[in-house]
Amino acid sequence: MTSASTNPLALIAELTHRCPLHCVYCSNPLELQNRANELTTETWSLVFKQAAELGVLQADLTGGEPLARTDILELVRGARDAGLYVNLITSGMPLDEARLAKLIDAGLDHLQLSFQGATQKIAAEISGTKSHPQKLLVVEWLKRVRVALTLNFVIHRNNIDQIDEMLALAESSSATRVEFANVQYYGWAFANRERLLPTRAQLDQSIETLKSAQERLRGKIRVEYVIPDYYAKYPKPCMGGWGRKLMLITPTGEALPCHAAQIIPRLHFENVKDRSLREIWDTSAAFQKFRGQDWMQEPCKTCDRREQDFGGCRCQALLLAGDASATDPVCSLAPTRSKVDAILATVNSAAPAERDLQPLTQQDWLYRPNPA
Amino acid sequence: MTPDLQSHPRLAPGCRLGDNNQQRVLLMPERALRLNGPSLEIVERCDGKHTVQQIITDLQQLYSKAEPKKVESDILDYLTRLHDQRALDFDA
Repeated sequence: MTSASTNPLALIAELTHRCPLHCVYCSNPLELQNRANELTTETWSLVFKQAAELGVLQADLTGGEPLARTDILELVRGARDAGLYVNLITSGMPLDEARLAKLIDAGLDHLQLSFQGATQKIAAEISGTKSHPQKLLVVEWLKRVRVALTLNFVIHRNNIDQIDEMLALAESSSATRVEFANVQYYGWAFANRERLLPTRAQLDQSIETLKSAQERLRGKIRVEYVIPDYYAKYPKPCMGGWGRKLMLITPTGEALPCHAAQIIPRLHFENVKDRSLREIWDTSAAFQKFRGQDWMQEPCKTCDRREQDFGGCRCQALLLAGDASATDPVCSLAPTRSKVDAILATVNSAAPAERDLQPLTQQDWLYRPNPA
Repeated sequence: MTPDLQSHPRLAPGCRLGDNNQQRVLLMPERALRLNGPSLEIVERCDGKHTVQQIITDLQQLYSKAEPKKVESDILDYLTRLHDQRALDFDA
């Protein structure tokens, strides 16, 4: 048994799986929950109180689309009254200027607005909806209120060449932070990965653009980016280490160590309706399963980097190596790295002209539905 | 950039002081900074009312055993760092 040596710092509150968008890389599980199964306002408020008592600093209100909750104002107020810093991670729909003012009045600290691209065309293809014009309106409203704004661009092969336009959009907004988050390949994104992964050349070009933007915009906008870890030499320290910094609550109240943990077989997750957050964090089997180092196999077990990346991502180990306790296959030291290289070889082999000429049709994507 | 001594530093939108287990912290998008001693004294004065010069003078009095020039350069460095993290604006 490995006990918790740290408190969680952030609570990711997936308020709902409902969402007007149908993004092909959604981080929600393939099996989406209906509204009827969602936690009530009161339960969420209790969860926020318990989180603050546990030492959590920040609440990330997300989904699905958190604005799909008709009680979102009460939820923002509940999190803020509990003493948490309140982030809202949103597509900007459904929202109007009056509702935005009420959210800020209720205690919203930071709004993170997600974009599917710099233009309506690519955004519509990826999200399966016409949401881009609404996002541009939200950006205008945000100039007239006092709240922190991050623009979040989810990056993949079909929009990675638009980074200059995305930066221009950020510079024309009131954002103090812009995030270029390459898609990570789980769930819906895993199903669509061959069409989403950028080429090596695209990635190198984008990193060069972003590094120079970081210098140019210093003191104006914090420019942050995450590369697709398939291209990394070492794995990401997924969630800052299993059960070390973050706790995610699903729309139905299951407490997870990460977004995708439910794909791992034989892990039992506790529900916030049955047990307190502290009990779950300290003693639940799921949070202890990959905490610390006892579970590690070679080469992680004796690796100098095991305190830095914690063996990488357990869900990726399951998806690619078929074993959730294996070394993350994206690691250059992993015995299963060849599986990642094979995927990259496919992505990088087609001649660029031929690849770009492939017609983009909606039938080629697996879109996530909007649950009832 | 070096802050203008007559400007009024003010916490940027979405940046505020908070508490965690008896520890004062500066909360901001996607991060939190622990504040102790001088850093807390500085951030508490980033209210849009104090000028940079007033913050320096206050801290030089509070930490009178420290070399005044060193106090000044440490404060200017710290304010610049907060500004680069977009936790701070300098109002005229």
